[in-house]
Order: sequence, then C-alpha cells, then structure tokens
Amino acid sequence: MQQQVNRLKPFFENINFEREDNTMVVNFGPQHPSAHGQLRLLLELQGEEIVKAVPTVGYLHRGMEKMAENMMYNEFLPTTDRMDYIASSSNNYGFALAVEKLIGIEAPRRAEVIRTMLLELNRLTSHLFWLATHALDVGAMSIFLYAFREREFAMDLIEDYCGARLTHSSIRIGGVPSDLPDNWTNELSAYVKILTEEIDKYEGLLTENRIWKMRLENVGIITPEVAKSWGCTGVALRASGIKWDLRKEMPYGLYPELDFDIPVAQTCDSYGRYKCYMQEMRETMKILTQLIPMYENSEPQLMAHAPSYISATKEDIMTQNYSLMQHFVLVTQGMRPPKGEIYVATESPKGELGFMIVSDGSPYPYKIKVRAPSFWHTGILEDLLPGHQLADVVTIIGNLNIVFGEIDR
Amino acid sequence: MRQYTNKQDAQKKSYYDDRFFITPQLPRVCASEDEVYAADIESLKSHVEVLESYIEAEELVVYVNAADNVKAITYLRDTLEYDFLMELSAIDYIKDRDGFEIFYEMLSTFKHKRLRVKCFIAVKEELQSVESIFKMANWSEREMYDMYGVKVINHHNLKRILMPDDWYDYPLRKTYPLHGDETAQWYEVDKIFGKEARDVIGPEERDQAAVDRYDTTRFARLGHEVEFGVDITDGKEPEHTPISYQEEGGVKLFGKRLVKELREDKSITLDKRR
Repeated sequence: MQQQVNRLKPFFENINFEREDNTMVVNFGPQHPSAHGQLRLLLELQGEEIVKAVPTVGYLHRGMEKMAENMMYNEFLPTTDRMDYIASSSNNYGFALAVEKLIGIEAPRRAEVIRTMLLELNRLTSHLFWLATHALDVGAMSIFLYAFREREFAMDLIEDYCGARLTHSSIRIGGVPSDLPDNWTNELSAYVKILTEEIDKYEGLLTENRIWKMRLENVGIITPEVAKSWGCTGVALRASGIKWDLRKEMPYGLYPELDFDIPVAQTCDSYGRYKCYMQEMRETMKILTQLIPMYENSEPQLMAHAPSYISATKEDIMTQNYSLMQHFVLVTQGMRPPKGEIYVATESPKGELGFMIVSDGSPYPYKIKVRAPSFWHTGILEDLLPGHQLADVVTIIGNLNIVFGEIDR
Repeated sequence: MRQYTNKQDAQKKSYYDDRFFITPQLPRVCASEDEVYAADIESLKSHVEVLESYIEAEELVVYVNAADNVKAITYLRDTLEYDFLMELSAIDYIKDRDGFEIFYEMLSTFKHKRLRVKCFIAVKEELQSVESIFKMANWSEREMYDMYGVKVINHHNLKRILMPDDWYDYPLRKTYPLHGDETAQWYEVDKIFGKEARDVIGPEERDQAAVDRYDTTRFARLGHEVEFGVDITDGKEPEHTPISYQEEGGVKLFGKRLVKELREDKSITLDKRR
C-alpha cells in the first residue's frame, strides 16, 4: 500500500495565540502529561490568570454502554475493568452487585469477604496512585517513587489472587472465581503493617511542607452548594464538609459489620482533599485488618447457588449432567434476569459509581447507564478553574482524581 | 431470500427463546408501603401531576409529564430534600412507543433515599433543561443529546460531548448498529486522508475480531504460511512457501547462535502441524 501524505491541517497546534482584549487562548492537552489521560482544556488567560476554561472530553470514548447492550451480563463484566482502570475491581463489584440485586441473589459470605478485601486493596492502589501522580504534578518527585513502591506490593497481592495487575476481573456475578491462595492473608497483614508506617512518612514529607501547603491551600475551593449542584461524590464531597460515604450511609455488602470512620475536611480546598485521602487510606487498612479473621471464620462456598442464573461449581459441572446442561445454556445464551429497572451505587475510590440496568427479560441488557463519578469531577473544572493561576490547573486536575477510562467510557 | 433484520432494532438478540418461558418482573409495590416515600409522594402530588408511582428495588419511581420535569425536580430539591441529582439519561423506546423515557436519578442525603423521576417524550419533542437547578445536568444533558439526539431547550451549550461535533446519527439509539453505520466507516478516512483516498484505503473495519482469510498482509495461518502480500483471493495458494529464519545459521543472541537454524524437512513440529 502506498504511503499517504497526512492531510491533517495544523489546526490544533498546542498553543493558539489570539490577541484580542489582551487574553490568550491556550490549548491544554489532549496529550498533556498532567491531564491524567486524554483531557483537553481550552483556557483563556489574562496574563497568568484563567478567565475561562472549557474542558473537552471524549478522546477515550469506546462506547461501553453500546457494547453492554450487545453483550450478555457475564460478557460485559471484563469490559467494566476498562472504566476506572486504576481500581478495576471496584467497577467489577459495582456491576456484579447491580446484577445480583436485579436477579435477587446474594454472594456467599466468604466471597463477600474476599470482594471487600479486593475493594479495599483497590482503594489503596487508587489512592496511592493519586498521591504519587498528584505530588509529581505539583513537583514532589520523591513521593512518586515511594508511593509507587508501596502500590507495587498491593498490585502483587492482587496479582497473586487473580493473575492480573491492571484489569483484574476478579469478581463474578454471584461471588468470586477462586479462593485466596495459601499464605495470602499473612502477606496482606504484612503489607498493612508496612503501609501503616509508610503513610506516616508520606505525611511527614508533605503535610507540613511549606511548598506543598502553598500549592494546595485555598486552591480549587468547592463549596458544599457547588459540590451538591455538580453531583460531586467521594472525597471531593467529603472535603467540602459533607459526611457522605455510601459504605456508611447506605451500606452494602459487609460494610455494616465493619468498624471504620469517614474522614471529613471543612476547608473545601485541595489541601483538605489531600488530608481526606491520607486518612481514608488509614481507615482502609483498619478495614483490611478486620477482614482477615472474618475470612478465616467463613464457610468455603464461593459462588451463590442459583441454578437459573449462575453456573454450578466446576466439580458439579464435571460430574453431574444437569449442571453441565445448565452451564452450557448459561454460557451460550446467558442468564435471563427479570424485567425491571435498577440503580445500584457503590462507593468506588473516586466517588459514587452507579450502574443503572434496564432489563427487558432477555439475556442482553436493554440499557446500561454507568454513573461514573469522574465525569462530573471534570465538568466542574468549567466553574472551578476561572480565577486561578495557570500553575494551579495541574494541581486541581490532579487533585480531583479523574480517570478518563470512566469519564469517556 | 435474504434474512430479515429489523432495522429499527440493531441490538443483538438471543438466538433462542423458549416459547413457554414467562419472564418474571421485579416486584413493584405501592408507594404507600414505605413511610418516607408515602409522605413524599403525597406532597409531590399536591404540586405536580403524578401519572404513576411505585417502589421498585427499594426505590421510588415517579412518572410525571415531560413538561413538568423542571417543576418536579425543583420541588423535590427545595421542599422534599432530595439534594442530589445523581444521573440523568434517556432510554430508547422508539420502536415500541416512538419516543424516549427520560429518567432523573435523585438522592436525598437527609433521608438516605433514592428517587427516580421519569417522563416520556416523543422523538422530536423538546425537553426542558434542568441545568438551572442542578449544574451537573450541563454535561449529562449534553451526553443525552450526543447519544440519543434528545433536544434539550434552555441549555446554554448543547453540543456533542463524547462524539466528534460532526458525527452523523446518535450512537446509543437502537437503530444504530454496534460497529457503526456507513458514515462511521468512512469518517476517519475522509477526515485524515480525504475522500479521494477512499479507493486506496477502503472502509474502516470496526469489528476487531474480524479475520480476512485472503488478506496475506495482516493475517497469517500457522502451517499454511504464504509470503507477505501474495494475492490468494482466487483460492490458489502456492504449493510450498519456504519458512526459514532470515539470519543464516540461526538467530544470534548474546553473541551466540542460540536459536538453531530451522530445517523444514527435519522439523517434527512442522510435520505434526501439517
């Protein structure tokens, strides 16, 4: 095939000077390293001050909701990994929980314990990743290295469990695919011990650091009213003084049994959000420590027993004819949930992750709408950025913890 | 005869349906079953016309007229303490009812309850924006317009958000095929190389699992190797294509010939594969 000359006109050069009214239009992204993915920001600058900001998204759009309508429920589950790919188990869980509520089953206790362990490990990896990249954006290089070192341990634990480091697919509709490997809980408690010490060190480096405080304090103030209006959830909401965490307020899974606190900050700024994230990691480790004895005291069943929706255990499939037949039907035709609509939200590391499933009774969902928290955390940039300095843009983007896999879906 | 395909619904369908299977319905109970919801629905009824209401999956669903959406949501926020609008979007019922169901997913942090406001609009009808009540609707309504083509009025910037501005058709409608329509196949070719390059490049294949047996530039078949770019579209393959490593005497790694030279006639693996 003949090589074609690229006919793209130099239309979106990275910087576009327009000398009207002495303001300058800067095109930030979509390939900017601090944009944490494919975010394009059109910034109108007056000197170094931002007058107007227009965030543009859609560069990572893969049409997941369309794909979902053309997939069986079990087929769609690995696709959810690719939404918030920093904490993919939390997407798996959100989807699996929504389908479970729709078909009216509950995962067995051991599965629920393993799921919660994975969710909280994912919260740790996500928060550590946030800390590392955010600090790097602001200029603290060493934190990036330390936080990634500890994140690696958590990734290793997840890898030991499900074999994957990024796209876990570690949760199934109705339970989990396998039990924890030998010695896994010991490694988990060792990790919790290490991280407890390390988080103090991170805080020692950052919390009272003059530069860190200057860059974060009073930057990106989201008042409670704005947060509510823009549908902010997760830390962005809690740092605005509203104590709202779905794990506590509308609990699901094992969370009612677990003892943990919800950190809140009243400052509404980036620094408050940073404090919340750090405290939340400590709370997560509290949860993980409580989960280990719960795991040991649970029955070994891993998948719920619901023959019309969920395949039997491997042993049954291999030995019993009827189980094999049901498994065959479930794999080739898929499960047929009842007709109805359901909205199930879970607290992912980024905020409220909701799955709205409209089922018409066929094996393919009629509609799935994913409520991804980052979508509105990006939208809010439109209102948040004006009035700030150009250098604050990276602080605010990094601080809001947006992931483009789930914004564009 | 060509197989009938429903153009109104391009979504994938199950290949088998049991005629005697009766699909169950998620149980719907009356709104008066729950104390909080009962009070809410009474209060809401006095303010806007409620067409239908029930509790499904522990969540109150309220149908209102499409013209009342702003009124209902303002009332819910200001009086009934539903302080969050979590999500809004459309559901495509063009085939059955020639319109969309719009849902507004609301949350009350005071009552710890969720509530879904729903309304129905015909395909070409317009919907009032709720952006003035909840700013999050700014992006959600853009997404709804982008994906379903629901026209929202009084929105300050109703542009496509995820798809390119000049995209044709609305991807989440049931009429839109999964791999895109014909316009979508040529979109990038036209945009980057120009329409005159269509013959050279060909339409974009959006099915990532597609395998073209006769394409010898992008696909290979083990055991039936053909040289790169040979035309086999007539079904005739060369009798024998020698497969050997490019380096004579085997592949050199770390200064040594670690990979031995392949002797086709003596290879047991190749023999087995044929």
